[in-house]
Amino acid sequence: MLFLIIKRILLGFITLFIVSIITFVGTEVLPGDACTTYLERQAFGEQLEACYRRLGLNVPAYERYVSWALNAIQGDFGYSLSGEMPIKDVLGPRIKNSLVLASAAIFIGIPIALILGIITALWRDKLPDVAISTVTIFAMTIPEFISATLLILIIAIWLEWLPGIVIVPTDVSFLELLPNIILPVVAIAMIMTAHMARMVRSSVIQVMASEYVQMAILKGVPYWKMVFKHVLPNALLPAINVVALTIAWLLGGVVVTEVVFNYPGLGRLVIESISNRDLPTVQALAIILASIYVSINLLADLLTLMLNPRLKTLQIRK
Amino acid sequence: MKLDNIYKEEKKSAFAKLSEIIITMASRPSGLIGLSILVFHIILAFISPYIAPHDFKAIDPTLMLQSPSAEYWFGTDDLGRDVFTRTILGGRTALTITFFGSLIALLWGGLLGIFCGLVGGKIDDVVMRIVDAFLSIPWILAMLLIVSLLGTSTEVLIPALGFFYGKGIVRVARAATHDVIAKDFIVSARARGHSNFSIIWNEIIPNVRDAILVEGAMRWSWMLLGFSSLSFLGFGVSPPTPDWGLMISNARGLMSFAYWAVIAPIVGLSSLIIGINLTADAFAKALGIDRSTKAPV
Repeated sequence: MLFLIIKRILLGFITLFIVSIITFVGTEVLPGDACTTYLERQAFGEQLEACYRRLGLNVPAYERYVSWALNAIQGDFGYSLSGEMPIKDVLGPRIKNSLVLASAAIFIGIPIALILGIITALWRDKLPDVAISTVTIFAMTIPEFISATLLILIIAIWLEWLPGIVIVPTDVSFLELLPNIILPVVAIAMIMTAHMARMVRSSVIQVMASEYVQMAILKGVPYWKMVFKHVLPNALLPAINVVALTIAWLLGGVVVTEVVFNYPGLGRLVIESISNRDLPTVQALAIILASIYVSINLLADLLTLMLNPRLKTLQIRK
Repeated sequence: MKLDNIYKEEKKSAFAKLSEIIITMASRPSGLIGLSILVFHIILAFISPYIAPHDFKAIDPTLMLQSPSAEYWFGTDDLGRDVFTRTILGGRTALTITFFGSLIALLWGGLLGIFCGLVGGKIDDVVMRIVDAFLSIPWILAMLLIVSLLGTSTEVLIPALGFFYGKGIVRVARAATHDVIAKDFIVSARARGHSNFSIIWNEIIPNVRDAILVEGAMRWSWMLLGFSSLSFLGFGVSPPTPDWGLMISNARGLMSFAYWAVIAPIVGLSSLIIGINLTADAFAKALGIDRSTKAPV
């Protein structure tokens, strides 16, 4: 058990290591570098040399990688190009804002997804299932930027209930931010909920078809007692992993949603830094987003391991 | 008599098999709806250049932001271009790029996955680590990096999308290969002394083909989503190419008084994505493959 956990954590670190190499090589082969972007037309001769020395670009690539990686582990990602500001300071408020958005969406989304998933599974192919499933299929297949645009058009422009875009500065208090984030949270929660509800539905349906549930029915266990005692614990366990993967996958959708709502989070920073060729920031973002992905998956794995006694003994016997 | 029947069964042509699958798919309402939408979009993509009533790039300042009329069915956009023309032409770009992108993804992802599943060992470990690492970079960041590295022409977008969306197929193909690898017919093929290539071609591919095709169909809809998101963010095809993502992002700023310019491409893109999704789902069900418990990675 302990060995298994350590192995999972090690594999996570190896994945992050490969990601760091991929992004480093990827940004390295981009045409132009920090100095040519920064100096623009004056990028030649003495000035270029001085800039290379100042940013430490005059040493070989692998040495730069090693020193960058060592600093990155300590949370120091160097300086961004556009503002010549430490990336740490740029990232701080952005991470906070994105966390607010994502966690609000997750907290609203998970309970709704559970309820919808269970309802659709228990009334499979009946009216509630058909109605809810149609809505969830629509919600999960339509691109984020379309649902977000429609939300703005209907709620902000036609009904004028809420502001359509976020026009507050990066670092405002939570209360000021609140009316601004309702629409983005709804946009993200909608697609997330739809995905998770589908997973929960198929998981519950699988368990309902299993032999021990048939046995419980034959034994005369009351329906709702059977659902809560025998079906749900077994159905929700495998769903944890899938839900984690879904959340991680939706990180990409958060980027688009933040752009649509002009929300000052990590996602908009991704677009801004790529448009500005701000490579140090792009590298930092890649590592941070990949770490979030890896740790969500790790957490889900550990959670399943801890909650599932069968898996525990299985691994020990191995 | 009985032997004759078996013989006939095997002789069924690829066309007959395909039509059988399509009939099974269309027998469910969701599959029928999906197929009709998809076929409609494909036909439209072929004939739209011939039926488009106006020039898609004709800019006319006197016609700016006209509301829908008999002459301009879906109104005009902020440059006075006909929205109906641009909407029906928009599907061509998206369908072409994502269709060929999915083919590339299927080919390299499927073959690499089968190969890894077959050889196993060190090579398998290393390749899967790298695939995992690619999977943990959010798709949008990776796509943006590729596009800013190589530009946004069609020749770049197709292989870039194909490469990026193929990595998920590697896993599916590998898992499907693992399922058949221990079966007797593979063992006996090995015992007969067949080469790895011959085993892959004659024994494994016929058995994992369905699973990979279903995955490819699903990737198609995600690739369309990814591609249009890129266009929306301004990293996809460049103007004045009629493209739904681009049209939505252009018309978005003015939608408080010219909502028609944003609604038309939204309907086009949403219906195509839903159509592909429903078709892929029905395709999976017709082949008897359950992918409802898989995460969208």
